[in-house]
Amino acid sequence: MKTATLTSALAIAALSATAAAARDQVQIAGSSTVLPYATIVAEAFGENTDFPTPVVESGGSSAGLKKFCEGVGENTIDVANSSRKIKDSEVEVCTANGVTDILEVRIGYDGIVFASDINGNAFAFTPEDWYKALAAEVVVDGKLVSNPYTMWNEVNPALPAQEIMAFVPGTKHGTREVFEEKVVIEGCKTSGAAEVVKAERGDEKACSALRTDGRSVDIDGDYTETLARIQSNTNGIGVFGLSFYENNTDKLQVATMGGVVPSTESIASGDYPVSRPLYFYVKSQHIGVIPGLKEYAEFFVADELAGPDGPLAAYGLVSDPALTETQAAVAAAGM
Amino acid sequence: MTDATAAAAASTAPAPRKGSLLVQDARTRKRNAAESRFKAYGLAAIAVGVIALVILVTSILGNGTSAFRQSYIALNVELPEAKLDKSGTRDLEVMKKVTTLTYGPLLAKGLQDAVDSLGIEIEGLTKKDVSGLISQEAAAQLRDRVLADPALVGQTVQITVLASGRIDGYYKGRTTLASAELDSNVSPAQLKLADALKQKGLLTTRFNAAFLTAPDASDQRPEAAGLGVAILGSAYMMIVVLVLALPIGVAASIYLEEFAPKNRWTDLIEVNISNLAAVPSIVFGILGLAIFINFAGLRASAPIVGGLVLTLMTLPTIIISTRAALKSVPPSIRDAALGVGASKMQAVFHHVLPLAAPGILTGTIIGLAQALGETAPLLLIGMVAFVREYPAAYSATDGLFGEPSTALPVQVYNWTQRADPAFFERASGAIIVLLVFLLIMNAVAIILRRRFERRW
Repeated sequence: MKTATLTSALAIAALSATAAAARDQVQIAGSSTVLPYATIVAEAFGENTDFPTPVVESGGSSAGLKKFCEGVGENTIDVANSSRKIKDSEVEVCTANGVTDILEVRIGYDGIVFASDINGNAFAFTPEDWYKALAAEVVVDGKLVSNPYTMWNEVNPALPAQEIMAFVPGTKHGTREVFEEKVVIEGCKTSGAAEVVKAERGDEKACSALRTDGRSVDIDGDYTETLARIQSNTNGIGVFGLSFYENNTDKLQVATMGGVVPSTESIASGDYPVSRPLYFYVKSQHIGVIPGLKEYAEFFVADELAGPDGPLAAYGLVSDPALTETQAAVAAAGM
Repeated sequence: MTDATAAAAASTAPAPRKGSLLVQDARTRKRNAAESRFKAYGLAAIAVGVIALVILVTSILGNGTSAFRQSYIALNVELPEAKLDKSGTRDLEVMKKVTTLTYGPLLAKGLQDAVDSLGIEIEGLTKKDVSGLISQEAAAQLRDRVLADPALVGQTVQITVLASGRIDGYYKGRTTLASAELDSNVSPAQLKLADALKQKGLLTTRFNAAFLTAPDASDQRPEAAGLGVAILGSAYMMIVVLVLALPIGVAASIYLEEFAPKNRWTDLIEVNISNLAAVPSIVFGILGLAIFINFAGLRASAPIVGGLVLTLMTLPTIIISTRAALKSVPPSIRDAALGVGASKMQAVFHHVLPLAAPGILTGTIIGLAQALGETAPLLLIGMVAFVREYPAAYSATDGLFGEPSTALPVQVYNWTQRADPAFFERASGAIIVLLVFLLIMNAVAIILRRRFERRW
């Protein structure tokens, strides 16, 4: 028995040593919003080229970028997917660890939509409605008071008389940031509450504090959890990505925002206000070392995939009007 | 004085029983009632457990069994040379440049021709609707077939392809004519076309072996997703766990149980082993990430790393059960062996270990079953990933079990997060596969125990 232990331990050690040789598969990690697009591209890339299909991990933008910045070498990832722009602090960490050459690729835009149960009331929101319904403190008669509203029609008489119940992404999601910035803070400003908040709290960022009395529920899981919550509580309104909604149009009805129905067209034209760019970051130092890395990046932004008629757009990605420039930047990388 | 004492004594002694033994007195009735109440509590507890199990199993079976069936469409597809091999040389390198985007329309045309020739007419059916019936996986299937046999170019071939997820869902009750009205991915006309094709025998629903063998697929083609990579990954990890945890665990327990002096150090080790068995499994994942990936430089997502992490997790279970098995061998066996002149090692290896083997194996199998179903530590070492390439057991670049893969429980987790409802069915199907594996392992453990266990 002991000999067996020793042999197997030695065998493992010996084989681990050989594992340091070249890796032939592109390794990707990051945002769960970008994940479906990355898997569609990876799948097509594996089918249509001689390179193996890249491995795509999810886990969130921040986790992906953290892994990305761990260093240069075979046991670090080559591409980080992100639903937000890389932060300066992250670039600093990258530089400190020797990741000095980062290629930023914007693949398109993602819409954030508000949807409720298909059999419930239809909603036409403005950012102001969401601020008033969900903020921890709202302005009543020029003073900040803790949010008194319980029904949507109290917030805005044009909305149906339905209890306020919202499922919003938890703070670890990139979507939350966009929701706060483009909806809650925006509504705070347009309603004129921002000045009062600034005067009383010192910073208009305090607008984005959400109520904690159970009417705004943070969802730390993914959109499937939000959907399940809405199905069990049909009064609820959830925050989704456009592509998720488009895959579940038989269960959800989408609300308009500022009078605009969210669609790839209205987001591309900029009419629909709540959207954000999606990115992936390539470790240029790995180009030429990891086979297929540059080809993968080029393949991703090619017109056939990321263009307006490609499979990514069919899945819900709003294609980038400036795709040609991105293609040129990717083609020039690592030269 | 004496009278008073006698009276006091009489009052403390229990009153003698009056009446027949066949008639229960109040006290006996109370005790019997307490007993039947306790039995009722026990039954209720079991009933709650059984009901929970029945609900769980029926919901999983109800959602998941359909994953083992899939709809297919049989087609005749023309392979025009003008599109697939403009050079006319049948040179593979040139033909590889033709992507699946070219093959897709060929399949769509094939289906459209079939619809036209069969005279199927459905109101509101567009060309796009017709092509939407075919899975996007089909183009890759056709391309692979052409590249494998370039002589096919210029001919018309018959091919059986997957129907798209929504159409497949129609025959599983997930999509209905009413839901299709609202669904942006399928139209009622498409469902009517599917019915017409089914009537003509072009569309069939049958057993889907690919669910067990095919790799994962992207969000656009749930119908093609399978468990092949996950099953391979889980198998590799179980091999690593078995090869490492069994010898290490058994050696450690034999030493602790039979050879080690009983002192503070061994007590400390014993307490720590029991403690480790109760440590949340995610902690082992953090440890694995720090040691095997960041320090030892092994590759993330590799089954070898998963196996090593699960080995650490399974070791305490194996050690504890092995020690219990060794303890249950009566000391008389050891004494007899030592008495006829065997060394301590001979006594252990020739007599105690064989007698303890069934218990050790049972413990090992239960530990393996636990490791098979473990998800949390694998999250941290990058096994929650989209992997389409089958991992090789050995490769020159990645070493033994070093190629990225997923595992069964992780695949379940992965699929429940996808947007397309068809993946929910796949996830339930994967749970069924996992449960079957666990059931087999536990059954083997029980059989081993029954057959080889000796009672003293």
